[in-house]
Amino acid sequence: MNQITNRQAINDTLVKAAKEDKDIVVVCSDSRGSASLGPFANEFPKQFVEMGIAEQNLVTVSAGLAAAGKKVFAASPACFLSTRSYEQAKVDVAYSETNVTLIGISGGVSYGALGMTHYSCQDIAAMAALPGMRVYLPSDRFQTEKLMEALLQDNKPAYVRVSRSATEDVYDENIKFELNKASLVCEGDDVAIITCGELVPYAKEAAKLLKEEGIHATVLDMYCIKPLDQEAVLSVSKKVKCILTVEEHSPFGGLGSMVSQLISAKHPMKVVNLALPDGHIIGGSNKEIFSYYGLDAKGIADSAKRTLTNQ
Amino acid sequence: MKELTKKAYELRKDVIEMIYRSKAGHIGGDLSVMDILTVLYFKVMNVSPENFKEDTRDRFILSKGHCADALYIVLGEKGFFDKQEAIETFSAYQSKFIGHPNTEVNGVEINSGSLGHGLSLGVGMSLAAKMDQKKYRTYVVLGDGEMAEGSNYEAMMAASQYGLDNLCATVDLNGLQISGTTKEVMSTDSLADKFASFGWHVIEVEDGNDCKQLVKAYEEAKICKGKPSVVLAHTIKGKGVSYMENQKGWHHGVMTKEQYEQAVKEIEEVLS
Repeated sequence: MNQITNRQAINDTLVKAAKEDKDIVVVCSDSRGSASLGPFANEFPKQFVEMGIAEQNLVTVSAGLAAAGKKVFAASPACFLSTRSYEQAKVDVAYSETNVTLIGISGGVSYGALGMTHYSCQDIAAMAALPGMRVYLPSDRFQTEKLMEALLQDNKPAYVRVSRSATEDVYDENIKFELNKASLVCEGDDVAIITCGELVPYAKEAAKLLKEEGIHATVLDMYCIKPLDQEAVLSVSKKVKCILTVEEHSPFGGLGSMVSQLISAKHPMKVVNLALPDGHIIGGSNKEIFSYYGLDAKGIADSAKRTLTNQ
Repeated sequence: MKELTKKAYELRKDVIEMIYRSKAGHIGGDLSVMDILTVLYFKVMNVSPENFKEDTRDRFILSKGHCADALYIVLGEKGFFDKQEAIETFSAYQSKFIGHPNTEVNGVEINSGSLGHGLSLGVGMSLAAKMDQKKYRTYVVLGDGEMAEGSNYEAMMAASQYGLDNLCATVDLNGLQISGTTKEVMSTDSLADKFASFGWHVIEVEDGNDCKQLVKAYEEAKICKGKPSVVLAHTIKGKGVSYMENQKGWHHGVMTKEQYEQAVKEIEEVLS
């Protein structure tokens, strides 16, 4: 079982890059520990800015730093970063097109028992609605590393959400990665499971369960929710009978909505959206929560079967 | 010094024309902040069309972005673009001279308009200057009504925490906002105490429409070391046009032809 979290992968990538690039700046809101960015702060204290528990200031100070030539990575719990400082993200990052990557840590239901205040199940919808804001939910540590390396090469706004706990590896050191191109995890011609973030390993496992029952599933890792890899979605849609989207997010405005929007316009067919409920989400570990809402491997496999059989 | 005052009044005349033509804009605040902008752009700051792309330039952020009208006039006068184009197309269909500063307009450092953002942007720019050991200074102009935005206090804390003596804020204390006096709406009476308690060097300017007093304040701010400075400029909303002065209705009032002619006449009297 993999123990390296995606946030750790972010820290490691930034530490490596900062050795060569003095313009890389990390900004935190008393969140260096929970973001696993302590090592970066220790190694590059002059390239690290502590903002205290003040997320609005975190985002706009980051924009000011970027406007003055810095490559800024602002890391804070996804729940606060995406909505408490939403207006700052809208105006100072998206509208002003500043070179700021917002890193939402402990996204979705990562905080488990801490409850609704600490869940971020609206962040995809919120961030995707901002003009020019790119939205990424990498699945494993290898993809996270590649994504960060790619984002270091450009100067446009982005939002990256990662989970708190380590996710099972989906890829390995030889991962093929292209920015804004979805990754095909496995192929089958019955049902396409389109998912992202830490649910990708569960979807991969679900495909195995389905195979045991003679059902062949495609799993598409849509880590790039915006810009959505439309070509990949349309390509798989033409090979399968139906599509199931799976995400750790509200049922509105996330991956499911975006895939459904595309499919209805370009290649109408059955799309079912599996997501967290539009309501009070239970407490527990993230694994328990996924299981409760049918977002674990078994739940995803069951939903895929229901989607196929029109139940 | 008289030259700056004269320029501020000439620019008032331009902004009055711009607002009369467009029937848009925020005339009251434009007239209160005009001396501050004139002093900053024509005396204090090292910024011009010639050095605007150089990273040594001083940075300016109009946090009270609704007074973009006044900023456009000042930037036009400074030579960043044809001032007459701004006067003629302000707030018009497809004009880049929209009601809040945006970087499509040459000379605008960064977009603004949503209140309570400018000081944090200034903190970011000042931090970057410190990191890069660059000498440029960052100036942020805020409104007094805007000081009700809580994000300002986050920025005040951070500026002090990092000893940003390269950051200079100005609060245009005209005492009025859209619904009434700041005292009635959300008092800014103790702003000096608030800034001081947050660790800022506070410079009170008794007459914030007096260019001489403003120049002195900014000179004091430049030599203050180890902490950020704030200039609390006590201004008059609608300054220079008698019927607008201290009248909340002129926050974004639209002039009739008679009122426009009266305003121009009063400004010209000062200039003569």
